[in-house]
Amino acid sequence: MSNAASSKTAWQQLMAKGGATRASLIVLALVLLAALFGPMLLPESARQVSAEQFAAPSLAHPFGTDIHGQDLLYRVLSGARVSLAVGIAGALIAFFIGTAYGLVSGYAGGKVDSAMMRGVEILYAVPRLIILLIAINAFDARMKTWLAALGSPELVNYSRIVILILSLGLIEWLTMARIVRGQVLALKSQQFVLAARSLGQSHWKILVRHLLPNLVGVVIVYLTLTVPAVILDESFLSFLGLGIQAPQASWGSLLSDGAQALNPVKSYWWLLAFPAAAMSLTLLALNFLGDALRDVLDPRG
Amino acid sequence: MNQRRREESLFCFEGPSIHEADGLFAFLSVFLVKFFPFTLGWFASPMLAFAIRRFVSMLLVLLCVVSITFFLMRSAPGGPFDRERELLPAAKQALEVKFHYNGTPWQQYTAYMGRLFHGDLGPSTRYRNRTVNELLAQTLPVSAALGAAAFAIATVGGVALGGWAAIRRGKPGETAAMLASLLAISIPTFVTGPLFILIFALHWHWLPVGGWGSPACLILPAITLAGPYVAYIARLTRTSMLEVLGHDFIRTARAKGLAEWQVVSKHAAKVALLPVISFLGPLAANLLTGSIVIETIFNIPGAGGFFVNSIQNRDGFLLEGVVIVYCTLLVILNLLVDLAYPWLDRRIQPYE
Repeated sequence: MSNAASSKTAWQQLMAKGGATRASLIVLALVLLAALFGPMLLPESARQVSAEQFAAPSLAHPFGTDIHGQDLLYRVLSGARVSLAVGIAGALIAFFIGTAYGLVSGYAGGKVDSAMMRGVEILYAVPRLIILLIAINAFDARMKTWLAALGSPELVNYSRIVILILSLGLIEWLTMARIVRGQVLALKSQQFVLAARSLGQSHWKILVRHLLPNLVGVVIVYLTLTVPAVILDESFLSFLGLGIQAPQASWGSLLSDGAQALNPVKSYWWLLAFPAAAMSLTLLALNFLGDALRDVLDPRG
Repeated sequence: MNQRRREESLFCFEGPSIHEADGLFAFLSVFLVKFFPFTLGWFASPMLAFAIRRFVSMLLVLLCVVSITFFLMRSAPGGPFDRERELLPAAKQALEVKFHYNGTPWQQYTAYMGRLFHGDLGPSTRYRNRTVNELLAQTLPVSAALGAAAFAIATVGGVALGGWAAIRRGKPGETAAMLASLLAISIPTFVTGPLFILIFALHWHWLPVGGWGSPACLILPAITLAGPYVAYIARLTRTSMLEVLGHDFIRTARAKGLAEWQVVSKHAAKVALLPVISFLGPLAANLLTGSIVIETIFNIPGAGGFFVNSIQNRDGFLLEGVVIVYCTLLVILNLLVDLAYPWLDRRIQPYE
């Protein structure tokens, strides 16, 4: 396979696309590093609840403090951890489901294909996030007891995160399935697939050995574009109070706090501005990178 | 087998066989044609066959959504009467009977379906002296106005912006428009909403902070809600417009000496807008979901707030009522889009 060679040229093409692509790569790297190591680097005092409620940004608290006197920089950085973890893990689940669904649908063809794609169309038109709200509410307690039975009580604190990752992965696979199916449909009538079939290879082997490697580029593009979609969904749920809950934070829950603190008498603008900037910058970089990757890797544009 | 084939050929003059798979449709058509011969013409139209099939699948989707919502809600821990002061068992039982919460979930479900058939959405356990029908009649017009305004802004604004960007390909204006649209897609509405309030309401006092009543109240929420979808539709329009502009029939139109805007608006738009048309269904679903947040931010007394409140209050019938009404609207819109699609583009066969 010429994967190594082609991925190198893809990388070069990506770099040749100009400053904006590079800038978004740098932004993403910085956000990832800050989320991984930032919370550890801050002094111990930043993690505690203090008497300094609603302090404006200063040298001691570069992003100001919130209603509990907690340092907002620390909150934004730990929120980045949760948001990015949910985004990446959720997108990976969506990637597995979507790729498998698209592969089967496109490869099977005919009635199976049209039934499966009709299913995707229906799901597109149903307000999935709302059904998800109800489902999270129904399964939250069950998830907690299940995680408690698994072992350490620490895990129970992460039950909301786990349930969000699973459920958001379950609703964001539709686009991936559609794209993969389209690619498979185009690929399967090509000579090399016909050759493999006439040599007597099984369907499974044709799918895994011949079709899957040819889908890598397209799948990477839509994986990049699914991450911001999942982050956006998570922040939507957290904003409504049904996602990440205090004392844990995500960008969405911080924005929710910030929007509630907004009033005409006294504006605590930093509570809204810094989480919003962190989130928007990350999503913008991810979308920009996804677009650039699509130009390079997706043959159909 | 032969018999069946002959029957089908009776009312299937054109196109391939359209109703092999659909038992109900086949039965219906055979029945009608046998006893009311004049309906033969209807079934010769693949369009109608397609519409009926989609209508049946629409009802099935609705049934699924309602059932899923119902059982998820009933399987959630805690009932609607748990948050009150300690109730005597007899009093609780009386409440359960009054609010149709008695019996097993399955009994409740069948009873609910029966009432639903008569258009009764049930009582609300949170707003006790009002029925879900009354609550929705009061709040839905508000949500509908917001949704319709956002829908109009998103489609008209998006198509205009995208078309403009396609015409000005490679010029600075296009780059700016596309960058702005990427920005609008990346910033969630619950950031832009408070930001707009901060700028246009609190700082400049141009528009009201929130609430409902005057047309001015509609401006900020509708623009906030539509923003990301204006951007998305603009990108969609631009991409497909650029593709269409490369076709031969566009070259012919230009060769006739038409002005560029005439080429775009009369010849290219009809084909280039098809992806936008097929996005209208998902657009409605997204606007609906988004309106929940918008109604919270701008303090709008619409039905969206019921979604979150009734989940937290375990107000089962209210939640199910809102879900039913919203999903019905969505599904009908999707049906209309499905029907409009082959009508706009004759190359597309309405039946799969």
